Amino acid sequence: MNAMNNHLVIDVKDMTKQFGGRRVVDHIGLQVRPGEIYGFLGPNGSGKTTFIRMLCGLLKADEGSGTCLGYDVIRDSEEIKLQVGYMTQRFSFWEDLSIAENLDFVARMYGIKKRREVVSQSIERLGLTGRQRQLAGQLSGGWKQRLALAACLIHNPKLLLLDEPTAGVDPKARRDFWEQIHQLAAEGLTFLITTHYMDEAERCDRLAYIAYGRLLANGTVAEVIDSAHLTTWSVKGPDLQKLTLELRHKPGVQHAVAFGSMLHVSGGDADELERSIAPYRKSPYEWTLIRPGLEDVFIHLMGQSQDNFAS
Amino acid sequence: MSSPSPFSVQRFIAIVVKEFIQMGRDRVTFGMMVGIPLIQLVLFGFAINTDPKHLPVAVLMADQGAQSRTLLEAMKNSRYFEFVREVHSEAEAQEALSQGAVQFVVNFPVNFSRDLLRGDRPVLLVEADATDPASTSNAMGSLNKVLEQALKHDLKGPLAFLDTSAGGAVDLRIHARYNPEAITQYNIVPGLMGVVLTMTMVMITALAITRERERGTMENLLSMPTRPFEVLLGKIIPYILIGYIQVALILLAAHFLFQVPMMGDLGLLLLGVFVFITANLAMGITFSTLAKNQLQAVQLSFFFFLPSLLLSGFMFPFRGMPVWAQTLGEVLPLTHFLRVVRGIMLKGNGLHETMGHLWPVALFAAVVLTIGVKRYRQTLD
Ligand SMILES: Nc1ncnc2c1ncn2[C@@H]1O[C@H](COP(=O)(O)OP(=O)(O)O)[C@@H](O)[C@H]1O
Ligand SMILES: [Mg+2]
Repeated sequence: MNAMNNHLVIDVKDMTKQFGGRRVVDHIGLQVRPGEIYGFLGPNGSGKTTFIRMLCGLLKADEGSGTCLGYDVIRDSEEIKLQVGYMTQRFSFWEDLSIAENLDFVARMYGIKKRREVVSQSIERLGLTGRQRQLAGQLSGGWKQRLALAACLIHNPKLLLLDEPTAGVDPKARRDFWEQIHQLAAEGLTFLITTHYMDEAERCDRLAYIAYGRLLANGTVAEVIDSAHLTTWSVKGPDLQKLTLELRHKPGVQHAVAFGSMLHVSGGDADELERSIAPYRKSPYEWTLIRPGLEDVFIHLMGQSQDNFAS
Repeated sequence: MSSPSPFSVQRFIAIVVKEFIQMGRDRVTFGMMVGIPLIQLVLFGFAINTDPKHLPVAVLMADQGAQSRTLLEAMKNSRYFEFVREVHSEAEAQEALSQGAVQFVVNFPVNFSRDLLRGDRPVLLVEADATDPASTSNAMGSLNKVLEQALKHDLKGPLAFLDTSAGGAVDLRIHARYNPEAITQYNIVPGLMGVVLTMTMVMITALAITRERERGTMENLLSMPTRPFEVLLGKIIPYILIGYIQVALILLAAHFLFQVPMMGDLGLLLLGVFVFITANLAMGITFSTLAKNQLQAVQLSFFFFLPSLLLSGFMFPFRGMPVWAQTLGEVLPLTHFLRVVRGIMLKGNGLHETMGHLWPVALFAAVVLTIGVKRYRQTLD
């Protein structure tokens, strides 16, 4: 079996992992198509890293089945490792090795032919030709991230699993990074990327949102937003803080959250929400019915799942 | 693409190269590896004496008379000597001594009893393995008195004319072999080589994998297609070099500072060192698959080091220890290595005698490394 016979790059279901009796990943299924950039979102501790580790054989799944690059995700982890590039959440290259030495090590590990050439090309593409002898530990966050990505790409993987690759990276580096991702995806690479940034989520072809180890929504950005059936009002005006506190406990208002100078008020029941905000729909407030954004939806999903867990 | 091979030379080399570079960058550890042997050499300028009993003795009995049996009996009763075997030729006696199977050979010449009764002062030759002076000196010191009392008891009545005082009726000759001047440094310094290697080699590799785990680099390593054997062996290799640097330091000190002789073949010694270092590194690397963090790794190393120090025959003469302690000691590589080093340096032992002490060390290394490979987890679970 190989990727050719199977249309999906990742096709798993019921992936489950327990730590000390607690289900950290709870029957999550995921389908990722070739050349796709798939976003993986969810609050801290929701099980994103654990899920990715199971995909590349770093953790044994307690339950679950399926394929990754056409290989059995449970049994064939050694084969999967050969074709997957995994960028860990925390920088995990050797800080006491130089940039060139780290890349050289990775190249050797994968048995790359023309190793020296590949490594020096990689350094060149990184734009680090002058600094290749610098120790990895001395690099700034942005450069560490670039190095990690370059190292993950050395063996020409078909699938890249990137775990919060842009955490702690400045906006310019973040933009450059995403440009590179899109370029690589256009060349046929498939990505599964976890992130906390909404702008990054919106740049994904499709995404999944998980909380407490459960998959709460997935699909394209539009699909995820539509499936939430959320009504959102945007409010402009003075002293929105006071308004927030007053609205929060009204029936039908699921959340009222500040977005810059605006307040987003959302609820699942459009009519009830409208009734609750009616007393405030006057000067000095300016109300507009808007299409909810991803963040509104995620806050909504989070709130719902919290309720589910409480009950 | 084919599935990854069970052992790849290339991946193994990758690990070795990486470890060498990291070792070179870690100046503190490197300094410690060189500093520890020097400090130990200074600290162990003195020896600890005890009074071991029941030392194994071989007897070469060419005499049939009653007196020789009386003297043998008296030596047994002194509790210092235990007659474990009878040898039939001088060559056999030498072999038993150089292999360390016995501590003494007692040599009753032909017509010993007859000559004794005639008052001819026959020679009673006692050859001692004095490599470790602490374990033989008391026994040798007691010998004169033991003989004197036995003879006094035996030579009564008409035989009372024979002089039974020390150096009287019997011409007792003691040959302290291998370390005739009973210089404790001769024993301590070669032994120190084993102690230093045990201490540093185990600990440095015990940290090897736990460090990767604590720094988070283990996750990266495991996400690459690598096998336990490649990682474990790859991490061991560079430290063999460190071990040899320590050995060189100690050998130089042994020669120039303490004037310890080098009777045997240096090449053979270095071969023995190789097996011993490997055994300790295997122990360390296996500890590092067990330890959850670096502190635990260090604790485990000490857990191994202390019995090695105490039960190997370095601190206390091996034969002075109770049987259970000797049994435990026989398992430890250091015990056997001490016999190898002392044998080669002080006795001039060759390949044959050395092998007898080296195979337990090799066996230990193989068993322990197997456990390590089995324990090494390919996942983060
Ligand atoms: N090795 C582990 N042992 C025990 N608990 C773990 C382990 N790894 C992760 N967890 C727990 O599992 C949960 C999910 O963690 P993680 O997958 O890292 O979430 P995320 O990446 O979404 O922030 C967290 O509550 C974390 O504490
Ligand atoms: Mg995470």
